[in-house]
Amino acid sequence: MDFFLSLFMSGLTKGSIYALIALGYTMVYGIIALINFAHGEIYMIGAFTALIFSMLLGGPAVGMSGWTLLLTVAALSALYAAMYGWTMEKIAYQPLRGASRLAPLISAIGMSIFLQNYVQLVQTPNFLVFPDLIPQIDLPAAVAKAINRTHLVILIVTAVAMVALTVFIKFTRMGMAMRAVAQDPIMARLSGVKLDRVISVTFVIGSVLAALGGLLIGCSMRQIDFYIGFLAGMKAFTAAVLGGIGSIPGAVIGALILGFAESFAAGYISSSYKDMVAFIILIIILTLKPGGIFGTSQTQKV
Amino acid sequence: MATFWICFLAFPLVVFKINANTRSLDTRWDRLYILAGSVFVLTFIWRFLLKRRSFDRLTKVVNEPHGSAPKPTWLTRLAKSRQRGRLLAVVLLSMCVLPFLSNPYMVNIVTSALIYVTLGLGLNVVVGVSGLLNLGYVAFYAIGAYTYALLGYYFGLSFWVCLPLGAIFSTLLGLLLGLPIIRLSGDYLAIVTLSFGEITRLVLTNLDFTRGPRGISNIKPPSFFGLNLNGTPKQFLIETVGFHPDMDLNRVFIYFIILAVVVLTIICVYRLENSRLGRAWLALREDEIACQAMGINRTRAKLTAFALGSTWAGLAGVVFASQITFINPASFSFMESIMILSIVVLGGMDSIPGVIIGAAVLILLPEQLRFFSDYRMLIFGALMVVMMVFRPGGLIKSVREVYIHQASDSKPEPRPVVTALSTMEQGAEDD
Repeated sequence: MDFFLSLFMSGLTKGSIYALIALGYTMVYGIIALINFAHGEIYMIGAFTALIFSMLLGGPAVGMSGWTLLLTVAALSALYAAMYGWTMEKIAYQPLRGASRLAPLISAIGMSIFLQNYVQLVQTPNFLVFPDLIPQIDLPAAVAKAINRTHLVILIVTAVAMVALTVFIKFTRMGMAMRAVAQDPIMARLSGVKLDRVISVTFVIGSVLAALGGLLIGCSMRQIDFYIGFLAGMKAFTAAVLGGIGSIPGAVIGALILGFAESFAAGYISSSYKDMVAFIILIIILTLKPGGIFGTSQTQKV
Repeated sequence: MATFWICFLAFPLVVFKINANTRSLDTRWDRLYILAGSVFVLTFIWRFLLKRRSFDRLTKVVNEPHGSAPKPTWLTRLAKSRQRGRLLAVVLLSMCVLPFLSNPYMVNIVTSALIYVTLGLGLNVVVGVSGLLNLGYVAFYAIGAYTYALLGYYFGLSFWVCLPLGAIFSTLLGLLLGLPIIRLSGDYLAIVTLSFGEITRLVLTNLDFTRGPRGISNIKPPSFFGLNLNGTPKQFLIETVGFHPDMDLNRVFIYFIILAVVVLTIICVYRLENSRLGRAWLALREDEIACQAMGINRTRAKLTAFALGSTWAGLAGVVFASQITFINPASFSFMESIMILSIVVLGGMDSIPGVIIGAAVLILLPEQLRFFSDYRMLIFGALMVVMMVFRPGGLIKSVREVYIHQASDSKPEPRPVVTALSTMEQGAEDD
């Protein structure tokens, strides 16, 4: 039972991190139908800036610690990731609006290669140790047995981020504009929605979530390198498709399914097959339900 | 302004380098100055190019208000011109002479470039012509390579038996995979093929009889009628034509095999594109519903495209295994699929000369950039973005644009199909 519980918890945390990244994919896809391959790289940059700021601010010069440090680092890395996301969109995607569907995809791949090598060059190709930024919390013994503080923080952050995002999309003016653009960009523009602004905001939000994911994965895995973005990005993308790309609750559910599948496969079958299980589930679900779990498979009309 | 922005953006990552040993940060302000300088220059170039691009578009709208066919660039014009037959013959001839004049390094690189040309042409059938985004193309390539490696390793089968077998296996696998997923649309198909590619790689890594991540080494080169090419024939060549003495003649032989495969592929793809099936693919890419209304069997046409595309991947895989003599699952990662896709898109979708140029650029460019050593992948990534921004249609736009209806002269000019093809066939016989 203990074994099952620990697998369950690790699946849940993994799923939450995937969900944070998958939301960025799904939002961008929902709005401009682009698979943003460089999104995983934003997550990696989030992790790297978090590491650098934590060393800068946590060092003897400034000397922050505990919650102040964690929150400042989170805010700064989210800010930087958001700026990277924004700039990336301006450079690599905005000039390509209206081009064929594959052109932005290749541009995104180019961006991803560029960012990976950029971080590798200015930093290091090796693994870096990530400090444990999450301070000690006194948990009741029963809770502490089931979940450690890192996992707890990850779950809370993810849950808060989801709720905040849902509220944003549902109830604010910008959220409404986003939904409008997702439904029909031309009509949205005609009714006065600033298309470029909406797209930029989407990229910024996606990047902030990815950066949080990067920070949290750093705290839980305790090491990062320039390559983490690639695999995580691919998994998150899988999760987004699994849940039906473009749908926000779908991305979360898909990510959780993926996290559980991986964690249980690693525990009960073999850890070398864990990636395979995730992909096999994807193929099965898509064959049975070609629009993803929450996707609407609409019939095309002439 | 942009310069300040980029510098501000790059500031934490560039200025502070994490020192893993002392767990402290090294500051490097000098890096920032270099970056600022280069970014400053680059922004001007970027602005200029963007301006020119929008100016081009504007003039086009003013001059051709009805949106007629876009003005072909010199590359496209060259690909379309009547000189094409002669040009092809010259290219082919120089390709044939190349190994006798250059060094082993060059032959190796050109061989891999040719392998990628085959892969690119195969993927072009799937992505370019039929519009099915296949991100797991490398799986079929792996199947071909492993067919030869494993059959050679366990049963001692020769290259010539495995070449068709590899093609058949990957075609069958393409059919098998294609059947359930072909009805998926666009991006869903992309992600399923992507995961299929990953599954193939993971299976190859984890199975025992594929020897896992260690891979298979000592793959035999193809035999030339049982002759030892590095013995007397090589001596003869060195004495008569001044052949490079370090050159392995087996490699040269592989070079000619892949050259023949490429020529064959070009002929096949060319014929296919203009066949009934090829037109069905094109039509399906443009409008599925209209196609079904016209009585085209959607599933069958798509499935054929998918399977045929994988055939060439299988062929290329067998040749790849024999060239590199050592394969392991790491050679067939997702990045490889992306590379092949980039060849197709960069060169120009649905355009045979485009794919060839694309492969040449993408494979030879990193080799040339070796001179920047560490920075070459960085530049490569940036170039991909720049290419897409300024030439989203690829280097060579599709030749098929000839068929676009023109209001002024309604008669599309006939294409010199016969001349081009006959020279190509002659070339094939020369091998």
